[in-house]
Amino acid sequence: MLVWRFKGGVHPPTKKLAKDSSIENLKASKRYSLFVAQNSGNPPKLLVQAGSEVKTGQKIAEADGFVSVPLHSPVTGKVVEIKKEKHPVTGRPADVVVIERTGEDEWVKLSAKPYTEYTPDEIKKRVAEAGIVGLGGATFPTHVKLSPSKKVDTVILNGAECEPYLTIDQRMMVEHPDEICKGGVAIAKAVGAAKIFVGIEENKPDAIESMKKAGSAFGIEVVALPTKYPQGSEKHLIYAITKKQVPSGGLPMDVGVVVDNVSTARAIYRALEFGEPLIERGLTLTGEGVKNQKNVIARIGTPVSDLLDYAEVSVESARVILGGPMTGIALESLEIGISKGTSGITVLPEGIVKKPAETNCIRCYRCVEACPTNLEPYLLYKMFKKKMFNEMKEEHLMDCIECGSCAYVCPANIDHVKAFKTAKLVVRTLGRR
Amino acid sequence: MKLLTGPAPHIHENISTRRIMLDVLIALTPSAILAVLMWGWYMLLLEIGSMAFAEFLEFFVMRVFRKKKDFVPDLSASVTALLLVFNVPAGISWWTMASGILVAIIIGKEIFGGIGNNPFNPALVGRLFMYISFPVAMITWPQVNWLHFWTPAYDVATTATPLGEAKLHGVAAATQLFHGLTWNSFLGLIPGSAGETSALLLIIGFLYLWWRKIVSYEIPVAYIGTTFVLSALFWFANPSAYYDPLTSIMVGGLMLGALFMATDPVTSPVTPLGKWIFGIGAGVITVLIRYIGAYPEGVNFAIILMNALVPFINQFTKRRVFGTVKENG
Repeated sequence: MLVWRFKGGVHPPTKKLAKDSSIENLKASKRYSLFVAQNSGNPPKLLVQAGSEVKTGQKIAEADGFVSVPLHSPVTGKVVEIKKEKHPVTGRPADVVVIERTGEDEWVKLSAKPYTEYTPDEIKKRVAEAGIVGLGGATFPTHVKLSPSKKVDTVILNGAECEPYLTIDQRMMVEHPDEICKGGVAIAKAVGAAKIFVGIEENKPDAIESMKKAGSAFGIEVVALPTKYPQGSEKHLIYAITKKQVPSGGLPMDVGVVVDNVSTARAIYRALEFGEPLIERGLTLTGEGVKNQKNVIARIGTPVSDLLDYAEVSVESARVILGGPMTGIALESLEIGISKGTSGITVLPEGIVKKPAETNCIRCYRCVEACPTNLEPYLLYKMFKKKMFNEMKEEHLMDCIECGSCAYVCPANIDHVKAFKTAKLVVRTLGRR
Repeated sequence: MKLLTGPAPHIHENISTRRIMLDVLIALTPSAILAVLMWGWYMLLLEIGSMAFAEFLEFFVMRVFRKKKDFVPDLSASVTALLLVFNVPAGISWWTMASGILVAIIIGKEIFGGIGNNPFNPALVGRLFMYISFPVAMITWPQVNWLHFWTPAYDVATTATPLGEAKLHGVAAATQLFHGLTWNSFLGLIPGSAGETSALLLIIGFLYLWWRKIVSYEIPVAYIGTTFVLSALFWFANPSAYYDPLTSIMVGGLMLGALFMATDPVTSPVTPLGKWIFGIGAGVITVLIRYIGAYPEGVNFAIILMNALVPFINQFTKRRVFGTVKENG
């Protein structure tokens, strides 16, 4: 099949150190700490308080509005505390529910029947009830994606996994291709799409083969994509497979496409077939800073420190990153729990992450060449330093996908993405006024 | 474990401004060595001395005037200095050279805020200053004095250059004077400014930079190509009055200008289309100055003029942002 190569992008070393380690189930932790705000959109409303007894899969917070999902208890235990902690994504204090595990799982599941017997509306309802969000990291409520206001004819399952180091999607595709395909079929049914693709970067031949084998029974077409960061960006993935460009400021449905991560597809299947709410997820424990390169399934809320104990940290000082090295967030505390959007924990020692101080931009055009969205990062940054936020907006600041390609190639060590995130916040705030 | 923090991306390509500048110096080294072989120790002194002086000036400005206590030289001053040395006759007096460096670094670069902020190529600013202030010294070229290391370039008998001779006495006279001009100028065995004479070595240096992904090909191809085509038109019209197009692109510092001066990232456009426009514009101006203007060669002026247009070129050659297509499919 013809694949459309997007312009720009970068080729960081892929370093898929954990690509051959099978997914393991992590043993239970003592304490779980869950941010109430785990999804983009409205955070759910809390239903429990300190002292509440909870069971595995029990709803502990309910959706607040349409663009919101409920949150479920990952274990059977007791809510010991509800406190404020700095949210790693927003940087602001946010509600955290701390649950202490008291014993074996006593499950509260949703109803279950074979996934093929659900009607489109039932699928959407179930996906919402199960608290499923985009597991690639964006954490956008999946049922909203499944309710497009425009005609959708194509479903694309995102197995690109272009972030260096991360391998959980690859392992999922190798080990659970059937469940992913069935999830894909359910997604297609929900949105009324006829065609299902799976996009996988060609540096994962095992995943491609596995998905091809499983997918043929469902009429799912596997597309091998060039290995180039950020191939897994939703808009660039759609372009690669359909040649359609999602309009600036628009959504995939504007070009008749819905994209979901392969792990999300699997979660959807399990919510339908087994009635499982989203209380666990797969993630990669990796980086030169840990001894054991692992892919694990862990309950949401598992403290990062427990995961690092399992992977065995082997360095004195490092960045512990939620996610991969290109877009992940360096943690300031290891006591926070993983959330629905945590696709990996990457531990990078000082030697890898250290970089010299910023120097003057020499307009070497490397950022212009690297930008997959055809922006001019050097210019946006120059405007940022002069606080020209309106001009930045006119230069398509809001189309920036924050992939970090510009900062990756910059010889002057400029932190473009940090600046652009700030500028976007300013533009949004000014726009609201 | 000590937790380190910092914004994403957490990994970076192994590249720095200093590394880029070092690569440019590496690319210029073959030409620098050739110049020493042709004009002896004095050439070596000019090269090393100018680079040292330029670095000193920049260091002084940054540390003393701008109070940047953590300033570490990034070798860009050396690149400017070496390019300027390449752009002047080998026998130039050391103090003329020093004044050129002073102007290049201070007026050409530092008063605008240092590296990245200068609108004009600093080396060309320096050269223009020297051209205007020391017109005789700047057109007094020593003959090629192959492998006489201990004979200083300023003691060597002087000669005309191909373009100068053609302007004064016509192409026929020049062709007689410079026997086998096209081939010799490709190899570099002709009189001219110190580092510009060998097209071959300059091209090798440029290919190294291109392979290292430091420069892109658009500007040189557009610049040299335009000069070639326009020179061909003049030549077809009157072969006895103009050089053939192949010779035209070998002489007059065009190679040095197109490969190393016009490609200075700070003072050239950022998009591929912008680079094409920049190169074509420089080619047109160069040929017009050479053949219609008063000066024998026009590379210096052409690049400086195009430098001035860069902000406009950048403004009008923006690429279409991904997702702003009118129709899909």
